[in-house]
Amino acid sequence: MTEYTKPLPKADPVTAPFWESLKREKIEVQRCDDCEAHIFYPRALCPHCSSRRLKWTPVSGRGRIYTLTIVHKAPGPAFKADAPYVVALVELDEGCRMMTNIVDAPADPDHVRIGMPVEIVYHHVTDDVTLPKFRPVVRAEA
Amino acid sequence: MPTRQAAVVGVAESDEIGVVPNKSTLQLQGEAVLNALDDAGLALRDVDGLFTAGFRTTEVAEYLGIHPRYYDGTHVGGSSFVVHLGHAAAAIASGRIEVALIVHGESGRSRVGLPASASSAQGMEGQFENPYGMPGAPGAYSMACARHMHQYGTTDRQLAEIAVAARQWARLNPRAFKRDPLTIEEVLASPYVSWPFRKLDCCLVTDAAGAVVVTSVERARDLKKAPVRVLGWGEGHDHQIISQMPDVTSGPGRISGPDAFAMAGVKHADVDVAEVYDSFTYTVLTSLEDLGFCRKGEGGDFVSGGRIAPGGDFPLNTSGGGLSYTHPGMFGIFTIIECIRQLRGDFRGQGLRQVADAKIGLVHGTGGKLSATGTAILAAD
Repeated sequence: MTEYTKPLPKADPVTAPFWESLKREKIEVQRCDDCEAHIFYPRALCPHCSSRRLKWTPVSGRGRIYTLTIVHKAPGPAFKADAPYVVALVELDEGCRMMTNIVDAPADPDHVRIGMPVEIVYHHVTDDVTLPKFRPVVRAEA
Repeated sequence: MPTRQAAVVGVAESDEIGVVPNKSTLQLQGEAVLNALDDAGLALRDVDGLFTAGFRTTEVAEYLGIHPRYYDGTHVGGSSFVVHLGHAAAAIASGRIEVALIVHGESGRSRVGLPASASSAQGMEGQFENPYGMPGAPGAYSMACARHMHQYGTTDRQLAEIAVAARQWARLNPRAFKRDPLTIEEVLASPYVSWPFRKLDCCLVTDAAGAVVVTSVERARDLKKAPVRVLGWGEGHDHQIISQMPDVTSGPGRISGPDAFAMAGVKHADVDVAEVYDSFTYTVLTSLEDLGFCRKGEGGDFVSGGRIAPGGDFPLNTSGGGLSYTHPGMFGIFTIIECIRQLRGDFRGQGLRQVADAKIGLVHGTGGKLSATGTAILAAD
């Protein structure tokens, strides 16, 4: 197995449950008990209402592409072989947004579009880290 | 309580700008400082307030050999220096200081003596953006632009208009880095960096420094150059990393712009010349909307048809901007330098290089990933 050379996230005490949930392939984010918003990234307080009553909650792992860029000039050698690739902001059905890569689709604005429905794929990039990537939802034939 | 109005009395770049591999970042800053003080007819010993970003204020003061009694290291990326201008004006108005020095420079291209910048894998960007190969500013601004195009029908041709107008201005500026003729077709034929941005949608990377000297209007009367009054200013915050930007099409200029206009007591139609940070073509387009020169979504039409080019009815980025004149890392300081020169009439007799009868100018900086802005409105006496 080749060594993983891309930047890895380092969890902190507040964010660790998110990264752990990905390893189990059951994504969770925080939900505010007071204003009921799902929030991301994980925090010690709700950025919408300042409540401290945040609870880890399973979410669907489905959402839509809010916006995207197609990277042709990679930031450093570790990503160079991947270019062009898609970096996107995905808005989960539960309402919060996260950065990700869109995988299993051509890195082409005609194929990866804003508003497109996507679903999570778990990439276990090292023994310790699983990254949430997303792929287009293939609609079942009617 | 504000009692005195502030005025900009000196501006300058470093001795050389562009490719300057034999000079360190601090050396470039030192040159710009001495040149700006000379422009004002002041000396380093007159400076009692220091404003800088990227470097620690102590580091810059030490290098210059000064002991300021007031300092501000507010660091909001490229907008910092426009924010500093407002902070300096407030410190002068309150009577705390007499002479403020704002300085920034980087050996951005040659990379000599830059401050260390390591991003932490445990920071929010390190955890939630960097693992996906996010290419910093070009990626963040291009994501915002893609959404703007989707929502409002903004086109790459409209973005190219901004790059072409900047080049036309740069062709009138002997200090500009890029002075070859440029067409919309050439912009559209340049390779993608991060779709929807092409190479020529992105700012330059140069070696350069700039400095700005501010004092009270009263003190300014005895100095070398005609003072340019600081009529109003504003600043705005929105987010730090792009994945946290609530509406990627709406930047914090919507906060800093109205505050600056209200304080200055001028209207948009009163602005004779505008210097709006152009880290990318799109930065200009969204900033003009956020500032209220047109409505959200109308920026593409606003910049088209030569309106912002030399001879157009909205003179914008008259130095050639970050796209064609210079851009060492954080361009905000150069928006002030160019605006002051226009309002003083420094280019009189140089044809279109001088905006005719420029009395009121606007400077606007955008920093980080559309994260923060500073806006200031300046007036010739």
